[in-house]
Amino acid sequence: MSRSEGTVAQAFPSIDAPAVPVAASNALAFPRADAREAARLALLRDLHLAFRKRGQLVQPLAFFAMVTLLFPLAISPELARLRELAPGVLWVGALLGSLLALEFLFRDDAYDGTLEQYALSGQSLTALMFAKTLAHWLLTGLPLALMAPLVAISLGVATTAVPGILLSVAIGTVALSLIGSIGAALTLGIKRSGALLSLLTLPLSLPVLIFGARATQLAIHGASLVAPLELLAALAILGVTLAPLAAAAAVRISLE
Amino acid sequence: MSVERLEVENLHLWRGERHVLRGVHFALARGACLEVCGANGSGKTTLLRALCGLAYPEEGQVLWNGENVRRDLPAFHAALAYLGHEAPLKADLTPRENLHYWIGIRRRLDDAELAAALTRVGAHEWSERQVRTLSAGQRRRVALAGLALLPVPLWLLDEPTTNLDAAGRELVGDLIREHLSRGGMVVAAVHQGLPQSVHNVTRLDLAA
Repeated sequence: MSRSEGTVAQAFPSIDAPAVPVAASNALAFPRADAREAARLALLRDLHLAFRKRGQLVQPLAFFAMVTLLFPLAISPELARLRELAPGVLWVGALLGSLLALEFLFRDDAYDGTLEQYALSGQSLTALMFAKTLAHWLLTGLPLALMAPLVAISLGVATTAVPGILLSVAIGTVALSLIGSIGAALTLGIKRSGALLSLLTLPLSLPVLIFGARATQLAIHGASLVAPLELLAALAILGVTLAPLAAAAAVRISLE
Repeated sequence: MSVERLEVENLHLWRGERHVLRGVHFALARGACLEVCGANGSGKTTLLRALCGLAYPEEGQVLWNGENVRRDLPAFHAALAYLGHEAPLKADLTPRENLHYWIGIRRRLDDAELAAALTRVGAHEWSERQVRTLSAGQRRRVALAGLALLPVPLWLLDEPTTNLDAAGRELVGDLIREHLSRGGMVVAAVHQGLPQSVHNVTRLDLAA
């Protein structure tokens, strides 16, 4: 029964050896959680953790508020001019704010072995990644979308533009979170990955920036913003279908 | 129902220039335990990670019930529990919350079972404290509570007794014995050896 050589000492417990008397085979059975339950818990876990350390939660929002409110000071307090600049200011702020939080998306989970447990859970890693990205959007994208109309009003935009701005930032940040999740997963194994993450994520985010700013501009002018909004939604849907798959694959590579 | 068994054939794995796993092979049947011994850096952790599919061996294969595990990794993962040398716990959550999320992702869990597992590892008194305030041994005990809640066929344990006191090491022995007696399999990487109370153990020595 000697199968091999080499420096490694081998052990051969015979398969047919009388093992310890085995109890009923269903002793190893337990009620498994389905994929939806698993994704729900992964989402809740991230929300729970975020509310335990609120400092990280406020960071992107504070950044967004600061950037957008510094513009009037730097350019001019003239409302007509600010109104023209508002879409660009809003979107650059939202893009950078969302990017800021991205670094934390998987980092802690990678350090403490949570990602490893996710990858070995027998559940769909894609579904778990989607849940994590959804949590990220709820914690950064959604608050940014809710804040954007306030900032817009402070830049002299009429309140009639509020629904359009809210909607475009909300949909746009979904796409940003999803694009970002791929970058965050790809840069997992790298120390101080912030710069690389921006380099990877920003070019892919440009379509969102362009269509988002366009939608906001149309909303401010009271025109129909259906066209850019549809394109934003298309980007978000493309992200929903592809990004979790890519993120899951990248996470598996980083775990090796 | 097929009889579960784990076979490892001629596993070779390189880490850069280093040939870490050099033709490891063994077979494990239900109710059997494999103790992987070796000095630091001899590849114990690497072997466990190769077994569960996290690391890709250059040569050789891992067979689960006669099939290469790479053919259906999710099914294999559903049949195993892996405990690394760091407990996969969130410092900002309590042991109870940690187990609720960590184990809940794999199985349905009611509060009574959770409480029973925490009591079993002696964690009931501090189950509502944040994990950041716990000692390394206490964290390890919480991880063991998680393991006790996962009666999957195959347990892969990396240094399960680190940081534990004598009673804690006995607890590891009890858990492993119980798992073997219900037909489970255990592969444990151990530095000091498993507690004496565990029988039906085969030893695999990895050369450094």
